[in-house]
Amino acid sequence: MTKILIIGEHSGGKLNQSTAKCVSAAATIAGAQIDIALFATDASAAATQAAALKGVNKVIKVENPANAEPLAAVIAPQVAELAAGYTHVFGPSTTFGKDLTPRVAALLGVGQISDIMAAESSHRFRRPIYAGNAIVTVEAPQDQKVVVTIRVASFQPAPAGGSASIESATVSAALPTHTRFVSRSAAQSGRPDLQTATRVVSGGRAMGSSDNFKILEKLADKIGAAVGASRAAVDSGYAPNELQVGQTGKIIAPELYMAFGISGAIQHLTGIKDARTIVAVNKDSEAPIFEVADVGLVGDLFTVVPELEKIL
Amino acid sequence: MSKILVCLKRVIDYNVRVRVKPDGTGVMTDGVKMSINPFDEIALEEALRIKEKGGASEVIVASIGPNDTQQQLRTGLAMGADRAILVPADGVVEPLAAARIFLKLIEKEAPTIVLMGKQAIDDDNGQTGQMLAALWNRPQATFASKIELEGGKARVTREVDTGLETIEVDLPAVFTTDLRLNEPRYVKLPDIMKAKKKPLDTVAIGDLGVNVAAAFRTTKFEPPPARSKGIMVKDVSELVAALKQKGVL
Repeated sequence: MTKILIIGEHSGGKLNQSTAKCVSAAATIAGAQIDIALFATDASAAATQAAALKGVNKVIKVENPANAEPLAAVIAPQVAELAAGYTHVFGPSTTFGKDLTPRVAALLGVGQISDIMAAESSHRFRRPIYAGNAIVTVEAPQDQKVVVTIRVASFQPAPAGGSASIESATVSAALPTHTRFVSRSAAQSGRPDLQTATRVVSGGRAMGSSDNFKILEKLADKIGAAVGASRAAVDSGYAPNELQVGQTGKIIAPELYMAFGISGAIQHLTGIKDARTIVAVNKDSEAPIFEVADVGLVGDLFTVVPELEKIL
Repeated sequence: MSKILVCLKRVIDYNVRVRVKPDGTGVMTDGVKMSINPFDEIALEEALRIKEKGGASEVIVASIGPNDTQQQLRTGLAMGADRAILVPADGVVEPLAAARIFLKLIEKEAPTIVLMGKQAIDDDNGQTGQMLAALWNRPQATFASKIELEGGKARVTREVDTGLETIEVDLPAVFTTDLRLNEPRYVKLPDIMKAKKKPLDTVAIGDLGVNVAAAFRTTKFEPPPARSKGIMVKDVSELVAALKQKGVL
């Protein structure tokens, strides 16, 4: 029987949507029993949210002051211990899951299949390689635990409607003290989260400065969108790193993606391929972004953006 | 004084548009330009800067791959690494096997710092550093955008989904690098000549006692589904009309 342990992601008492997406991915495997483990000092709020997800069998709280921050070196041995009763371990391919899950796999002595976009069976998965230029089908051996990370842009969050039991567990694994949390900084924009937003307004190198990004922010606020950026814009210091969309930044799947002054390097396109509608505005009519855009407009973003903001 | 081990992977160059072979058995590699994985190049640059500031006495570059990987290791030596180790391997070496091989090199070289890219741009797995840290039972600081060493510790700023996170780790530790850590230096011609005289040792997998048989089976390679051709509009009002028609505005 397929028994899947999902490593839940949460912060500040709020379950991250990546966990609901892991549940959706797990639910595509017929007959799977789906449990979620939460590591925290106090996991009760996140556990209540996890238990309400449809398809979840059980939520396991592992509460310990050492779990106050999501340090991979501290959490991995606990996941590995809990994994004993499971055939599968799923983590999200967010920075939390990318950091933690391979460490878990290595402790379990097995490999990992990263970033799955579909489960064809309990042991066969599809995933992108080469920045999405190829999709491979990979089979995991039957006689080992299967450890995967879930490409969050490929799955819808599991709906509410579940009523899983919530249990507490203690683990005996020795927890290292060689890794310590110091601080976290995040700009509070009040805008939707880039990874889960239904609309994203994004700027590239042509923005020219961080000040100029303000016109995008105004447009974003007008239509309730998150703000994104290309690698070129982030490297140039026009936008903070957490806004980067692409192969090495965030992979997103909004309903509407509007790219302003983004040429469309393949590494960027891989991050937006799953968007339902892509809009491109660029001065250069030859820009590769137009090859993937559903609606393209050749023009100067500095006139188009304010005009759009006025009309909408 | 302390050593730094930098793990490099030979990959299809960043600028090459990778295509799937028509028979679905792999991607086209014939005559394609190969380079050091860009994230690993950032890792090497960081190692060299640490050494130049007196934080290490030796930088070793190591790679697992076909014999031609010597080219990338020579590039690493030309950038400034002191010596290189190649573990020859044909075919796929999965991240767990790579981590086991690097662990063997660590046991021999006893580095204080191990650096590599956060992912290789071919398989996009992003696993080897974390797996190595687990097997070595040492700290990991992934997606690093700033590394500050102080005594036997390092303070590392990491690029995470919500912004930046800073952690402190005891050394030795494994660091994986993100894009904004540094900008790698260009190699100059005299350095390429000098690099030819630097030692490049070969260590056979058999001598390390690591099983590199693949656990996973890749049964199919497919090109990504193409997006259907879009439309071009003339001005903002046409753009808005098109989006309203699609029901996204």
